[in-house]
Amino acid sequence: MYPAAFEYLRPRSIREAVELLLRHGEDAKLLAGGQSLVPMMKLRVARPKYLIDIHRIAGLNYVREEHGAICIGATTRHVQIEQSPLIRDKMSMLAQAAGEIGDAQVRNRGTIGGGLAEADPVGDYGPVALALDARMKCVRPSGVREIPASDFFTFAYTTALEPDEILMEIIFPLPPRGSAGVYHKLEKVAGDFAIAAAAVQLAVGRDGVCTSIAIGVSGGGPMPQKPAAVENLLRGKKIDRELTEEAGRLIQDDAEPIEDLRGSAAYKRKALSAVLRRALTESLRLTTNNL
Amino acid sequence: MANISLTVNGETRSGEAESRTLLVHFLRDTLRLTGTHVGCVVGRCGACTVMWNGAPVKSCMVFAVQTDGDEVVTVEGLARDKRLHPLQEAFWKKDAVECGYCTPGMLMSAYGLLSNGKTPTEAEIKKAISGNLCRCTGYGNIVAAIREAAGNFK
Ligand SMILES: Cc1cc2nc3c(=O)[nH]c(=O)nc-3n(C[C@H](O)[C@H](O)[C@H](O)COP(=O)(O)OP(=O)(O)OC[C@H]3O[C@@H](n4cnc5c(N)ncnc54)[C@H](O)[C@@H]3O)c2cc1C
Ligand code: FES
Ligand code: FES
Repeated sequence: MYPAAFEYLRPRSIREAVELLLRHGEDAKLLAGGQSLVPMMKLRVARPKYLIDIHRIAGLNYVREEHGAICIGATTRHVQIEQSPLIRDKMSMLAQAAGEIGDAQVRNRGTIGGGLAEADPVGDYGPVALALDARMKCVRPSGVREIPASDFFTFAYTTALEPDEILMEIIFPLPPRGSAGVYHKLEKVAGDFAIAAAAVQLAVGRDGVCTSIAIGVSGGGPMPQKPAAVENLLRGKKIDRELTEEAGRLIQDDAEPIEDLRGSAAYKRKALSAVLRRALTESLRLTTNNL
Repeated sequence: MANISLTVNGETRSGEAESRTLLVHFLRDTLRLTGTHVGCVVGRCGACTVMWNGAPVKSCMVFAVQTDGDEVVTVEGLARDKRLHPLQEAFWKKDAVECGYCTPGMLMSAYGLLSNGKTPTEAEIKKAISGNLCRCTGYGNIVAAIREAAGNFK
């Protein structure tokens, strides 16, 4: 299981990495934690001639609060996100999602930037990034831009990143005060990718009426989705059992899951409905406790 | 070919390797540290787990060149002065080893868990070894051994 031969490059700064990517173009690939890319190279699905290792670039690994958002450097590891006191306190669903990724060894190496750039249809960051309207801050020779999560995922394993572009930072706006977030993932065995997953950030008033709702899901198609129809159904209404069931039906009817070893399309539709209902019920319980 | 130099089990070690050489092969074939096992080579079984800069990783998912200048601890680094490490002692006492294929990886995952000095709960132990497959023991004795070792971990 040897990958094709390549030249290993270790830039010390983002500027250097951008230059290397520009110079080698399509022959190069960025290496972050390697937890998706190394297996792909062993299968020779990926055969870069140059591997640009960005995980040692100083100043790409951080979690900080800035201007009402949590900003995370692209090479921050899953384990750091899972254990960050700031994220656990203010954005618990993101910490939950990171803690559900693979196993301890994968979380010790894999990075949030790599996870988002890989864009696995059922990767764990996708639903959270969509629910919380995250923005991907990227750099390329022509300058810096921010891509909203809703434009970032374009198909299975495909993003809006250009071949000469590096994801530098992910900006997660803080959810409304008093709201509660839950990430619920259904997996076949511990450490596997999701069959379906739902990220829900919910706030209700004293009367139980939904004052804010944000949802992201995976498992319903070739990429994670922000189900606006379900959000619209719930917004401004009292969240009770009946409405939760209706939300589950709606998401299930709109889903077009891909049949694979994790289940048939019919099963996955039901799984998606179940994870959404569970995340809704749990976030309702938590936000009610906050009142 | 590149010359790779790193600290393995406290000693500086170096060797030649191609960029595409996986850390697990570098450790076993070049440095002749064969305690680390090769199972699936696709990141699924955990038999190849080693500590890299203080955290357990699967050494079949890392190129040796990535570790140049770094610190790696393999299962050979656990015993000191011909005395078993408390984790190894506990695996022996609790019958946590049958065929032994998974054992080096299990030990290194457990070592990573216990090296923060806290006493883990049973759930934390199970979470820490969920990336390590064992086809013999049924895991019960492994969890018991790690729990036992947590009491006298140095
Ligand atoms: C056993 C196992 C189980 C797993 N289970 C899960 C799971 O349950 N859920 C889940 O979400 N993931 C899972 N993963 C994948 C894991 O989360 C990876 O860490 C992640 O998908 C890729 O991150 P990385 O840092 O390892 O990226 P790499 O593998 O280094 O790179 C992945 C891709 O992203 C590109 N890239 C990396 N960083 C950047 C950047 N900053 N800018 C632009 N492009 C970049 C690379 O060029 C490459 O194409 C699993 C992996 C394994 C091996
Ligand atoms: S040999 Fe590395 S995980 Fe199986
Ligand atoms: S003891 Fe045989 S695989 Fe674990």
